[in-house]
Amino acid sequence: MTAIEYILAGMLAAATPFLLAALGELVAERSGVLNLGVEGIMALGAAVGFITVYSGGGHAMGFVFGGLSGAALSLVFAFVVLGLHANQVATGLAIGIMGLGLSAYLGKPFESFTVTGVGKIVVPGVVDLPLVGGLFRQDIVVWLSLIFTPALWYVLKHTKLGLLLRAVGENPHAASAIGYPVLLIRLCAVAFGGLMAGIAGAYASTIYTPLWADGMIAGRGWIAVALVVFGTWMVGRVFLGACLFGAVSLGGIAAQTVGLAIPSQLLASMPYVVTIIVLGIISSNRRLVKLNGIASLGEPFEK
Amino acid sequence: MPGAIHAILGENGAGKSTLMKLIYGVETPDEGTITWMGEATQIASPAAARRLGIGMVFQHFSLFETLTVVENVSLLVPGNKKDLAERILKLGREFGLEVDPLAHVYALSVGERQRVEIIRCLMVDPKLLILDEPTSVLPPQAVNQLFETLRRLSKRGVSILFISHKLEEIRSVCTHATILRSGKITGNVTPKDFDAHVLATMMIGRDMPHLSPAEPVKRGEKQLELTGLSLAADDPFGVSLEDISLHVHAGEILGIAGVSGNGQAELAAVISGETPLPKMMQGRIAMHRHEVGALNPAARRKLGFAFVPEDRLGQGAVPELSLVKNAILTAYLQGMVQRGMIRRGRAETFARDCIAENDVRTPGPEAEAGSLSGGNLQKFIIGRELMLEPKLLFLNQPTWGVDIGAATAIRRRLIALRNAGCAILVISEDMEDLFALTDYMQVLSKGRLSARFTTSETAPEDIGRAMIGASGDAA
Amino acid sequence: MALPKLVRREHASLPVLIAAPFVALAIAGLSNLVLYAAIGVDPLAVFKAMLIDPFTSYFSFSEILLKAGPLLLIAQGLAIGFRAKVFNIGAEGQFVLGAIFASAIPVYMPQASGAWIWPTMLVLGMLGGLAWAAITAFWRVHLNANEILVSLMLSFVAIQILNYLLLGPWKDPMGFNFPQSVMFQFDALLPILLPGTRVNISLVIVLILTIVAWFFVQRSFAGYRLEVGGLAPNAARYAGFSQSGAIWLSLLIGGAAAGLSGAAEVAGPVGQLQRAIATGYGYAAIIVAYLGGLHPIGIIFSAFLIATLYIGGDNAMVSAGLPIAAVNVFQGTLLLAYLAAATFVRHKLVWPPGARA
Repeated sequence: MTAIEYILAGMLAAATPFLLAALGELVAERSGVLNLGVEGIMALGAAVGFITVYSGGGHAMGFVFGGLSGAALSLVFAFVVLGLHANQVATGLAIGIMGLGLSAYLGKPFESFTVTGVGKIVVPGVVDLPLVGGLFRQDIVVWLSLIFTPALWYVLKHTKLGLLLRAVGENPHAASAIGYPVLLIRLCAVAFGGLMAGIAGAYASTIYTPLWADGMIAGRGWIAVALVVFGTWMVGRVFLGACLFGAVSLGGIAAQTVGLAIPSQLLASMPYVVTIIVLGIISSNRRLVKLNGIASLGEPFEK
Repeated sequence: MPGAIHAILGENGAGKSTLMKLIYGVETPDEGTITWMGEATQIASPAAARRLGIGMVFQHFSLFETLTVVENVSLLVPGNKKDLAERILKLGREFGLEVDPLAHVYALSVGERQRVEIIRCLMVDPKLLILDEPTSVLPPQAVNQLFETLRRLSKRGVSILFISHKLEEIRSVCTHATILRSGKITGNVTPKDFDAHVLATMMIGRDMPHLSPAEPVKRGEKQLELTGLSLAADDPFGVSLEDISLHVHAGEILGIAGVSGNGQAELAAVISGETPLPKMMQGRIAMHRHEVGALNPAARRKLGFAFVPEDRLGQGAVPELSLVKNAILTAYLQGMVQRGMIRRGRAETFARDCIAENDVRTPGPEAEAGSLSGGNLQKFIIGRELMLEPKLLFLNQPTWGVDIGAATAIRRRLIALRNAGCAILVISEDMEDLFALTDYMQVLSKGRLSARFTTSETAPEDIGRAMIGASGDAA
Repeated sequence: MALPKLVRREHASLPVLIAAPFVALAIAGLSNLVLYAAIGVDPLAVFKAMLIDPFTSYFSFSEILLKAGPLLLIAQGLAIGFRAKVFNIGAEGQFVLGAIFASAIPVYMPQASGAWIWPTMLVLGMLGGLAWAAITAFWRVHLNANEILVSLMLSFVAIQILNYLLLGPWKDPMGFNFPQSVMFQFDALLPILLPGTRVNISLVIVLILTIVAWFFVQRSFAGYRLEVGGLAPNAARYAGFSQSGAIWLSLLIGGAAAGLSGAAEVAGPVGQLQRAIATGYGYAAIIVAYLGGLHPIGIIFSAFLIATLYIGGDNAMVSAGLPIAAVNVFQGTLLLAYLAAATFVRHKLVWPPGARA
């Protein structure tokens, strides 16, 4: 298997935790709320999901409980920033610290345990194609994410719900003046974001690398937050960004297969370095950011 | 009463907007009831108000800039976009409210945005339409067009609540009027039967202070000059300035008329130095014979420039800081900083003097700026800028949201200052302000500045024509 | 609906401002004790181990002081930025770079001696943190990139640089292949302040810098400009205070403080460069800064509190069997509870008329 084949085959699965968490954060940010606790929420989802699967609950329940734990933690966040108008940056950091702590706390008895992953679903025929064949051998969550992504795009772009989300994010005062419950809409968006981050964490710990290790999320939640900026709050671009990061995170192993002697620390820091560089490139286009950005992002809404 | 055009008259801060918010369900009353169609009702939310058949056009529009017209409408009116677009066009023709349903709101003029707001209300067949200060954002000709629309609506049996503090408007279009002062009703009249003086007395408790235009004084040296300045908007929702030329001499007041959103904010930021200019434009702005294009606001202030910005809370003053700390904001060059440290004593004395000399009503210099009323804070800010003893003073919307007493005091100060030899530039939407204050006027429309009018030889209609003519916008 | 409404106060409430950290501590304490009880750990034993035992011996009290030093210094630096709404959350990386820069002298000149060594190391450490924070400042000012994400990503990179050095060029040849540098020579270590403990001269430096921070925040014009920029960016622009200047200054102060702390850590209690220096001071300092109300005096108390929780957490791990992660949970809850309580500095609850007040 060549390095490129290897990357193509694994890219989507590697991208999935980024993608799911970033799409959740995208929805929250579209409504005007910046949740920086994604890393911690993912970690909590990963721990709860893993414990569920390890205790025999099965993968489906792993996702349910992982997702719900993420949603629950994000509701705590929502209460403090929406109910009490607290600073979203600081509160997000607090939630992040709490989530990481809780995941380590709950996961302690399970450190280094493993579970079995799930099988791959193959698209017959095309899977035998040279080079790109590996793209068509994926687990069920990857396939579902590939359905979910365009569905979310459609909802945001073409339904009244999507319109409402944009309206609340752009001008909460106007939305409130014409009678929409701004805080309730934001609450739902934040809870959705937490649910997705929890699911993303559960995928990472029960399918992608089916084991529990403290700190296993390793910055992926933060990269998901950065991906929302890369994608300038657009679903399609976030998807492409997630794939890029999926590929980058596989780059190390791929480089070893072709025998490149790159220090492992350099490879390990690649995703972060790439984030910093891409963030600089995208953000320096101020017009693009302004045009697609969320006008009220991070600002508390008080009547 | 069906088909009535009922005015709610009152000056800034009299409680008009609060009353309307209660009727539209944005806020809920502490006590008392609202009677609708003969029945006592509770209007808990705007949605409930709409169900009853009440529509509202807000003063600061409740539109979403990044959405299209039809998307904005669809947030309130059920139906698919294609049908809605057709209905928007149809209603537009019927009531003289033409607007492109597929345009993005940020690309529309203020007048067009108001039409969108009205159409959005009309689409749900209202029995009552509330308009909050609808004329404050319109050029004079568009005001007549709006009144025509309102008359057509009232013929169809729609009742209209028209909120305003402009007496002549109310006399020309309204069939009834309720007058508010400090949150209380002081009169219920048929406006056509009373002249403006009587209405004014009911509104402010005394006759409207009359200001005759000031006698011209000898003009001195040129203090500000812009020559052919252009600036492309950095912000996708902003207005580009094109070929702006103006000059102000010592001892004269130049007014910039026009409806906000036509480049006022951009022009103000260029003159104050808040927006840095590209290299090639830096030679196009001069103050007191110095090229200042490369200087920031602080450096311009050192040359004798002072600026009263449009936004009092958050730009002219920091709401969370005390008046003492707010004094430092622009007056720090008056010996308040020594070796990098703040001399609090100096700042406090300055703030105290500013409060005393400008009749600022506040518990003291330690009060937070955010706790002052709009008029009092504006008096503090103008006072602070005047204490810098500027040779050139620039004010953006100096009387916005200020009650009549404070506005009159501000106008008097400015004229006295001009007579003392200061050059003054005022951007204002308020035509009364401009006619009472200025020696010359220019109109800013779609980022372009008209030729210069001499105020004493100009009628409001001329200014109105310039607002439309320069832009080709029939709004 | 009988839900009370939050209404903005006309003036910030000083009593609430002072009470908020205590209320937060009570809320966080109670909710965490419940959590401990839930996993079968005796809450009273934890309470005793965490908040009482650290004060029962001279040595463990000195350990609190030792922990409080870096927390206090980093938090002072960060708080200046936070007040200006410049969110440097990459102090951990700046701390690591400071440690690396300072270690360069003993690593490359293990035989050198003289009184110049440790002061030079501190200065180098400061420069290291400064340089690392400068990347973030450059990215923010010139590329408009979010400083939260950039500074955090740089922390992850910093850890990898540390790993690279310790596994490669800087590994102690006599160190049995452990990922650590040589033990520093005597002159590369900070003089001990309190005999019989590990508390060193850096505590004095930190306290002096705290006073400097107080003057900077409360009395200097530069501090005033940062404050205005944080509270009302448009007012700062109107006044003519440079926004990019504020970003540079905030980040460089934060980076220098964190870098200095990193240097003091390797030249102090650790005595060599090793992986374990990155224990999360940079993140905990964020909590310290907020809990202290972003005020130089408040931060003294919050640094002391968080340091106590660290030492107490270690105690509780040994004596009450509490997982070490519990300390992180506690810190997170504490910050969260504080942010919730701090809302009431500028807001009050008003019950709607008709509902029971």
